Amino acid sequence: MTDTVTNNLKKLVILGGGTAGTMAANKLRKVLDKTEWHITVVDQDNRHIYQPGLLLMPFGVYQPDELVKEREHLFHKNIDVVLGEIDRVDAETNRVVLLNGRELTYDFLIIATGTSPRPDQTPGMDGAEWHKSIFDFFTLEGSLALREKLATWEGGKLVVHITEMPIKCPVAPLEFSFLADAFFEEKGMRDKVSITYVTPLEGAFTKPVASEYLGDMLENRHIAVEPDFMIESIDDERKVLISMDEREVPFDLLVTIPLNMGADYIARSGLGNELNYVPVDKQTLLSRKYDNVFAIGDASDIPASKAGSVAHFSIDLFADNFVDHVNGRQMTELFDGHANCFIESGHGKGLLIDFNYDTEPLPGTYPLAGIGPFSLLKETRINHWGKLGFRWAYWHMLLPGRPMPVSSLMSMAGKHQPTLTK
Amino acid sequence: MPVAELAGRQVHVNEEGFLTEFDEWDKELAKVLATNIGIEMTDEHWKLIEWLREDFKAQGETATTRRLQTAGGFAVKDQFSLFPKKPGKKMSYIAGLPKPHGCV
Repeated sequence: MTDTVTNNLKKLVILGGGTAGTMAANKLRKVLDKTEWHITVVDQDNRHIYQPGLLLMPFGVYQPDELVKEREHLFHKNIDVVLGEIDRVDAETNRVVLLNGRELTYDFLIIATGTSPRPDQTPGMDGAEWHKSIFDFFTLEGSLALREKLATWEGGKLVVHITEMPIKCPVAPLEFSFLADAFFEEKGMRDKVSITYVTPLEGAFTKPVASEYLGDMLENRHIAVEPDFMIESIDDERKVLISMDEREVPFDLLVTIPLNMGADYIARSGLGNELNYVPVDKQTLLSRKYDNVFAIGDASDIPASKAGSVAHFSIDLFADNFVDHVNGRQMTELFDGHANCFIESGHGKGLLIDFNYDTEPLPGTYPLAGIGPFSLLKETRINHWGKLGFRWAYWHMLLPGRPMPVSSLMSMAGKHQPTLTK
Repeated sequence: MPVAELAGRQVHVNEEGFLTEFDEWDKELAKVLATNIGIEMTDEHWKLIEWLREDFKAQGETATTRRLQTAGGFAVKDQFSLFPKKPGKKMSYIAGLPKPHGCV
């Protein structure tokens, strides 16, 4: 398109072409007339990673090429993809400035630059032991380095650690612990490994029913839990984690979820909270400060899990809201914080949890009451196949914005409230 | 919501004993809440509690320990020494506020 044509169009700029940004761009391209709207997506690189796969890769489940596609091929026609790092957003003058000096003006802006692990924020984490005895797994590099380590590790003290909530995919470190237990058992060396789960939370998970259930699963697998552990630093010579209240946890192999933060340009632009997340209305995702700025996916401050499922359900509703909003109508599709997460539990089984802002994960069946095929808060083989099958659905249904056969809002059908025993 | 008798009066609390009505709180009540969890209030303790109350009024939600550090200037380490083990939970309990988010 030439500049003379695009100059007459309204401009939508989407920052970030990950799960949320790609889904939103593709959905909005279908509902925004291309003779009226120009859509540009900005991302820093051309590598779209299927992030749920990064959890399984250390255990040899995937090869890297199964998890990565070229980003620019995942967008529908008539979406411009600009590769470049974002320097800042000037929300007063509706401009995005890239580090290479290029400027993009917009009528509406969608921030979808997600959240990233920041090992630099904890003293001692990304020092001499980084990717030697201290690993993350939510980066391709970290996941691959950990795979190599696990292949030859002879055992000792394995510590799985969460720095601070919120984190991307809050169940992932639990899954990692379950999978590690199964992995070492299948290798015939479980007796040579002790596993400790170190968390800033009071228990295994954030919500009581699931926390009790998942806590029992840790106990049955002889995984020790160190709760209420807020890390101050890592002494990488002595190989110990040190908490704010001066407790120490020793490790031989540390698998940590570093502090998660939104992108730094958000802080530079004055658009974020203390973790660089953009404050938005939790039902509409509209910025609380600017009427032409939205934040979707992990980049916002909504009190929901930072997870692809939350991005998916919220963006199903978001596309309709966006059209209403730009036409001056009230937004009527109100998001409820719906999240839906498969939890791998090892030995070819998995669990599923389904919850929202107000309702914690409960046992039952999903998506159909009494039928399933998936079971909630219960280990089954079908749940595990669901997780593996999801990778196909992600590339071929979710990212292109095709409808999935599940409701965007959470349903109580098929769920029941158990009595807590502790 | 249940009602509890604290400092000689009736107040609304949730199932964990956290006050649910912002305006039912005062410092006398806070002293009783603090005693319930074994904390003796000093000037340092009050500074944090009062900052949390003010911030809640402006933000509509309870500040996390991180926000107390970055926006309020109270080091997380000091929060742990004043309110041992579970500062986020203990401070919000004494301040008559909901538990901070981040637990999602």
